[in-house]
Parts: sequence; structure tokens; C-alpha cells
Amino acid sequence: MGPGRAGPHTGVEVMTAYAIRRILWLIPVLWAVATITFFLMHAVPGGPFTQDKPLPAAIVASLNRRYHLDLPLWRQYLAYLWDLLHGNLGLSFRGDRDVAMLIRDGFFVTAQLGILAFLVASFFGMALGVLSALNQNGPLDYVGVFVATVGAALPNFILATFLIVIFAVNLHWFQILGWGGPEHVGDLLNPSAWHIKKMILPVVSLSFLPMAYIARVTRASMLEVLRQDYIRTAHAKGLAAQVVIIRHAIKNAMIPVLTLMGPIAAVLVTGSFIVENIYSIPGVGRQFVEAVIRRDYAMIMGSTLFYAAIVAVANLVVDLMYAVVDPRVRYG
Amino acid sequence: MQEAELIERAELEGAVVGRERGLWADAFYRLTRNRLAMAGLIILIAVAALAIAAANIHAVRRYDPYLDQLYNHLQEGPSWSHFFGTDNLGRDNWARVLAGVSISLQIGIGTQIVVLMIGLLVGTTAALGGRFTDNVMMRLTDVTYAFPDLLFIILMRSVLSGRQWPVIDNPKLQVILAIAFVNWTIIARLVRGQMLSLAERDFVLAAKALGASPWRVVVQHMLPNSLGPVIVAVTFGIPIAIFAEAALGFIGFGLPPPTASLGRLVSDGYAYMQVNYWVVVFPASAVAVLMLCFTFVGDGLRDALDPRMR
Repeated sequence: MGPGRAGPHTGVEVMTAYAIRRILWLIPVLWAVATITFFLMHAVPGGPFTQDKPLPAAIVASLNRRYHLDLPLWRQYLAYLWDLLHGNLGLSFRGDRDVAMLIRDGFFVTAQLGILAFLVASFFGMALGVLSALNQNGPLDYVGVFVATVGAALPNFILATFLIVIFAVNLHWFQILGWGGPEHVGDLLNPSAWHIKKMILPVVSLSFLPMAYIARVTRASMLEVLRQDYIRTAHAKGLAAQVVIIRHAIKNAMIPVLTLMGPIAAVLVTGSFIVENIYSIPGVGRQFVEAVIRRDYAMIMGSTLFYAAIVAVANLVVDLMYAVVDPRVRYG
Repeated sequence: MQEAELIERAELEGAVVGRERGLWADAFYRLTRNRLAMAGLIILIAVAALAIAAANIHAVRRYDPYLDQLYNHLQEGPSWSHFFGTDNLGRDNWARVLAGVSISLQIGIGTQIVVLMIGLLVGTTAALGGRFTDNVMMRLTDVTYAFPDLLFIILMRSVLSGRQWPVIDNPKLQVILAIAFVNWTIIARLVRGQMLSLAERDFVLAAKALGASPWRVVVQHMLPNSLGPVIVAVTFGIPIAIFAEAALGFIGFGLPPPTASLGRLVSDGYAYMQVNYWVVVFPASAVAVLMLCFTFVGDGLRDALDPRMR
């Protein structure tokens, strides 16, 4: 990463200014997301208390009053923003529970799934990409490119379907349904709360697509870097091949891969939706889908904002890392 | 290796014979040399032809995907009388999967038409409309981009579902719009980036220096040169839309039942997987084949149209 050309002091200052600008930009983005989601979800036909067998009008009226649904929409909106500024995400219509608590519980599970999938995808993706590039047009390269191409095109629920049919239904190797990891923070270090066999299929289903992306970009970037003059120079000055590859090629080839991490976070978020629904994993994605079906307004808002914030922060972190690596960005 | 050599030789010949082939003819030639892309294209054409034939000719679909319910043939595996087996109501899965393929293709392509219209409009306006317009357009894109895709699609789909509005009371169109409203940002950003970078390129400067009008510069020089990446992005957008539709169907937000969309076929089949997993395998394979083929064609187009590959 080395010191920037402008010297460490000004570099840090420029970086800080850039970071602050980007963090401030998050506020209007999240506000816009909140606003759009709020009015979209209220535009969804039917309300939370619409049922096949209609409730008595008096009960609906008192329920509406309880959740302030009797106010005009703009006042509900302002009230929601006001609560949001105070860190209050409101109450879920289901069981009257605090949305923040529900999301926290759900995210504890989603995060395990996402982090495991991210680690698996990064490790195997980079390994596959580097190996492919070093054996360009060799058999290993064909295998790598094939896995990356198929993986990038195969939707996770299709992959999950095949995995379930093969490994759970026919071979009975793994159980499905539910999450194998702990569901409470207290159980994190308790080995009996981890059921690895139940975790493998969901993690593989979720990690395959990002793995394929990472492998593709790593391969392309490695190939590009290997053709650069400084690699030839490094070889020419007599460095060992491994040193050239590890210190000069891989390090530089990782820059484009780094920018991929933002989209990868988005892919994991989208993927976790589907994967959680397939395997009945009680995460935020499943909570969101159930919330939309039930018109659970506070829960829809909470989970949308939560996901938008995660994706935005992931993109921010990536851009900041990128700015550290590539000085042109922070002066832009 | 042979393929690479062939392409290289072909290019050398092209260079020696002279630059008679234009950009597009050249790209087409390069595409036909790409075996994976051609295989994908041929399979796609075959599958599309089959789906269209099935929709119109009874001898191809053999059973009605909805109405023929054979109660003495429930949950059967593949056989000569039912190529893909039957489902829990004795409906023929061959007919249902082909109906699903047709829906997927319509939605995949329909979405990209809408995406292309919005994307070209927003992208070109942003690039050529001055600094203020650019800021507005790009902030709009940023916000749309900040939404987690599927979340927004589910919300949009819920908003549009069951509406009796003129024109868009068709559920297929509603799904298309829901997906397109999320995916246009890719094209918009791409078009804007292309336009901005092309504006600095030597050949555009040369055209301007020679006195070409701004309109001529945009239409004659910039649009054709930005079209390549756009075509590639649209091709890649089709499998994304097919996936989104299937995912919507899978979690129950897709086309209303009993429509045989592929995602719904897979999710309906899940309940009976222990009894008859073929119900799941065939529609899932159909989604996989469609997405793989479109991606291969997209890869081939990208390689064929990217001038840097030369």
C-alpha cells in the first residue's frame, strides 16, 4: 500500500475529507430509501388487518388507532421519520414486538450465513481465479472458467434445489430446514449449538454466485497484471517466480477484486432472501418476505432500511479501501 | 488453444485482406467463432421455437398445462406418455415447463425492452444535459441502486398486483415493470459513462474539429460506439430478469396461480420433493438452461464487441 505521492499528512487529510463526504451522503440516500419505501408500501393494496373473514369495524378502528394508522398518511410519515431519528423502528403488528429487536434476532442468523458464505466465496473464488490465470488455457484454467461461468449464471435457488434433491432427498447426507448455527448471542461459543451438517447446503448455495464472480474478476485481473511491464521488469531483475506472483502480481490484481466486494455484499443480501426462504432459516430476509405478505408496515420499513444501510456501508467501505489503494480516487 | 489460434489467424487475414468488414460484421464474425456462445444461441433458438410451438400446436404440448388433470396419473416420473412426468394434480410437466419457458422468455426480453428505454433516456440525458441534469439523474440512479434489488422488486410487485388500471392490469406486464424499475440503473450508468468517455476520444474531437454538428457527432459517432457495451449489458440483463421472475414466483410474489411460471413450478414442487423430485428437477433445469445460454451469448457478444480484445 505504500505512502502516497502527496506525503502522509495531506494524504490522510484528503482521505478524511473524502470519507466524511461519503458518510454524509449516506444520510440523504437512506432518507430517500425510507421515503420511497414508506409510500410504496402504503400503496400496496390491502392493509394489515384485511382478512378473508373481515374483523368487526370497531376492532379494526381501535387497532388502527393503536398503530396510528387512522392519521393522514403524511402525518404517519413524519411521525415515522421522527421515531426513526430517535432510533425507534416501531412495533411489529405481529405480537406487538419491537422491530429493532426482531431485526437484531434475525440478523444474528443472517450474519452468520452471510459471513460464512463471504469467507467461502472469497477464499475459493480468489484461489480459483489465480490458479486459472497462472495456467492460462491449461486444463485447470478450463475447469476454473467453467465453474466460474456456470456459477455466475446459475440462480441460487436452482442450485439449492439441485443440492437438496441430490444430497438431502436422495443421499440423506444433510438435514435441511432451519439454521444449524446458534440463534442467540449467548450460544455463540457453545459447541452444541452448532450443527455443521445443517449449515453446509445453505452456505454453499449462497456462496456459489459470489465465488464465481470473484473467480472471474480475479482471473481477468491477474491476466492483465501478468502482462504489465513491471512484471517483466520484476522477472528481469531476477526475482523468484513465486515472489513476482505473490508480491507483484496478486497484490495488484486484487484492486479490481476489492471493488467487487460492494456488489458482493448486495448479492449476499439478495441471495440470503432466497436461501433463507428455501431452507426456512429465520433470518431478516425471511422476516421481510413475511412482513410484505402480512403488510407489517413497521417491519417492512425496518428491514428495508436495514438492508439498504448494509449495502450502502459495504459500498462505502469498499470505496474507502479503494481510495487508500488508488490515489486518483480521493483527489477526484 | 486451437480456438485462440483460429481467431488470431482470422484476424491476421482480416488485417491483410484489408478493413473491408465493418465493426458489426467483424463482431458477428467473431461471435460465430465462439463455440460456447454459438451453442448457447442455438439452444436458445431451439428452446424458444419449442416453447412457441407448444403454445400453438397441440401435438407438441400433448396435454393442456392447466386443464388436463389425470387423476390416475399423479406424481409420475418421466415416461413416454409424460416426458417430464406429472404433478400432484396429474398435470403434464412437459406442457407446464414449456408454458413456463415461454413466460420466462417473454418476461426476460420484455423487461430488457423497458430497461433499455429508461436506461438510454436517463443515461444520455445525464451525459449530455449539462452538470445540473447530470447530478439529478445520477442521484436518482444512486438511490435506486441503494435499494436491495429483490426487496424493491417485491415491493413494486406488491404495489402493482391486483390493480385494475388500464394497460397494466396484465400480471405479466406488472412483473416486467417491477423488475425493470429496479434494473434500469445498470444501463443508465453504462450509457452515461460511455458517452462521457467517448466525448473525450480522439475520433470525436476529430469529428468536431472537422465541423460536424453536435447532433451528427452524437448519432453518427457516439451512439454507435456506445452501443456495443449496451447490447452486452442488455443480453446479460435477460437472465437477470428471468432469475428475478423465477425468484418472485418461488417466494410467492410472481404471476398469480395457476400460471405455470418456472419459479412457481419449482416452489410448488418443493412440497412433494420426497415423493417425486422430478417435479422440481425439470423446471429448475429449464431455468438453469435459459440463464446459462443467455449468459454464454452475453459473454460471446462482449468478447466480440470489445475492441480491446483485438
